[in-house]
Amino acid sequence: MEVRFHGRGGQGVVVASEVLAKAAFRMGFEVSSFPFFGVERRGAPVTAFARIDKKPIRNKSSIYEPDYVVVLDNSLLKGVDVLEGLKPGGTVLINYPEGSVIPALKPSFKYYTLDANAIAAAHGIGSKVAPIVNTSIMGGFAKMCDWVSLDAMLETIRAVAPVKKEENVAAAREAYEKTREVVQ
Amino acid sequence: MRMVMTGNYASAYGAKASRAEVIAAYPITPQTSIVEKLADFVSSGEMNAKYIPVESEHSAMAACIAAETAGARTYTATSSHGLTLMHEVLMWASAARLPIVMTNVSRAMAPPWSVWVDHMDSVAQRDTGWMQFFCESNQEVLDTIIMAYKVCESRGVMLPAMIIEDAFILSHTSEPVDVPDQEIVDSFLPPYNPELKIEPGKAMGFGSLVRPDQYMEFRYKAMQAMRDAHDRFLRVEKEFKQVFGREYGGLLDTYRCDDAEVVLVAAGSTAATAKDVVDAMREKGQPVGLARLRAFRPFPHEEFRALASKVSGMGVLDRSYTFGAAGAFYTEIKASVYSCQKRPVMKNYIAGLGGRDITPKILEKIFEDIQLTAKRGGGDEVEWVDVAGLPRRWR
Repeated sequence: MEVRFHGRGGQGVVVASEVLAKAAFRMGFEVSSFPFFGVERRGAPVTAFARIDKKPIRNKSSIYEPDYVVVLDNSLLKGVDVLEGLKPGGTVLINYPEGSVIPALKPSFKYYTLDANAIAAAHGIGSKVAPIVNTSIMGGFAKMCDWVSLDAMLETIRAVAPVKKEENVAAAREAYEKTREVVQ
Repeated sequence: MRMVMTGNYASAYGAKASRAEVIAAYPITPQTSIVEKLADFVSSGEMNAKYIPVESEHSAMAACIAAETAGARTYTATSSHGLTLMHEVLMWASAARLPIVMTNVSRAMAPPWSVWVDHMDSVAQRDTGWMQFFCESNQEVLDTIIMAYKVCESRGVMLPAMIIEDAFILSHTSEPVDVPDQEIVDSFLPPYNPELKIEPGKAMGFGSLVRPDQYMEFRYKAMQAMRDAHDRFLRVEKEFKQVFGREYGGLLDTYRCDDAEVVLVAAGSTAATAKDVVDAMREKGQPVGLARLRAFRPFPHEEFRALASKVSGMGVLDRSYTFGAAGAFYTEIKASVYSCQKRPVMKNYIAGLGGRDITPKILEKIFEDIQLTAKRGGGDEVEWVDVAGLPRRWR
């Protein structure tokens, strides 16, 4: 499985890819996660990747045709082709305000949404203006995929979060419950 | 314990497991998280070492030289412009026969500025008298640091070594790494105990002037030491395998080369990707193999000569370029196999400079080009791969 993450500097995009890799590793998978090798600045678009397999991973090339795309910042839907290379039948997880309708969904993909900004802010992760949404998003990822359990994700978040461990775990749990598939 | 970590953390854990006693380093992208992690280890007391922050890479190496001369096991890490700034003192470290171990996170040289991988920085230090080990995985980074101390500190060797980690592709990629138990590392790697060191109350001269009637003998001994490091490395790796259960194929790691008609030589992370490509091409009935140049110094002459006499075509991928000549790996390998009775057709591929991705598709096309060149009995000797404006399409 190959996963691509889109977000902005400061949202914890690279850490999100590491959380996924570590959670999958807990599930017994071989893993590899890496940022788009950039010079990250706050607010600038950031891309990160994770590769998950049952056998050891040797491929050190980047990911061009992911199975999953995760969008941590929906403002990127304008300007960045987040669906580029996504395999037919692939799955997209988007951080989007509850109740709003995502414009112009391309068919042939599955979409899931959650309001990670609201969840992260409610749990005091980051600030109201700039919530750190990565742990909420990863709770949603556990709901969306059938190969990483919520428990593995929560244990990983507890181990990885430098501060506010339980707040991050609670946010991920709430995100898991609130993540919904978009009916097209 | 198996943990998911970056190549930079694998370097830091390697230095910690090796019980480095003095660390002197200056931060530079993308090496920074190595020295941050080591500073954490030292400040938390997990590592019993002296951490010396310095104002430049030149000073970092100078501090390592001083500490090592006093008998301390030392470690440092750098990258690209930091490594080239060290050039003068790198020469000193090796000629003074100081077994310092350093990670170089291999990164392109500016201008234009690039923080991404290529091997120009490392290749430019070819003649400094350091051993150079290129790695393809984070586990290999950690393991090679431990092995390197043992090789470097051997009485017959006493030379420094550079562990080369591809910028970002290893340094910032997280993958599972087994961190060995400290007691097991301690049983494999005894404390550093040099024959000669600066000691209070004991008058000795280090690094003094010698006249022309003595200088050449010092160089001759360094030559012998580097030559002997080859076999010493093989013995250390054999012992490492017995203790830790892992090995990496000596100085030239050959993958499915035994019955191969053509082979590609590559170093660093590209070689790992190329092994997947070899498997895929083998499934389609293509007899190809991959030879991973693990040690650029000491150079694996005998290994290359044995390989060259078995294959009809050999491509060499260089992730750097020596202007006015060709890729440095290529020119050296070609010179090495020249006196073989049976030699393959050879071709040099310059690829992946400044972090340009070397994809499986590009590697497959390189393999096909080696097959074609071998069939034709020769062709263009040096080809730049995946460059805008050139007629051939590689992607």
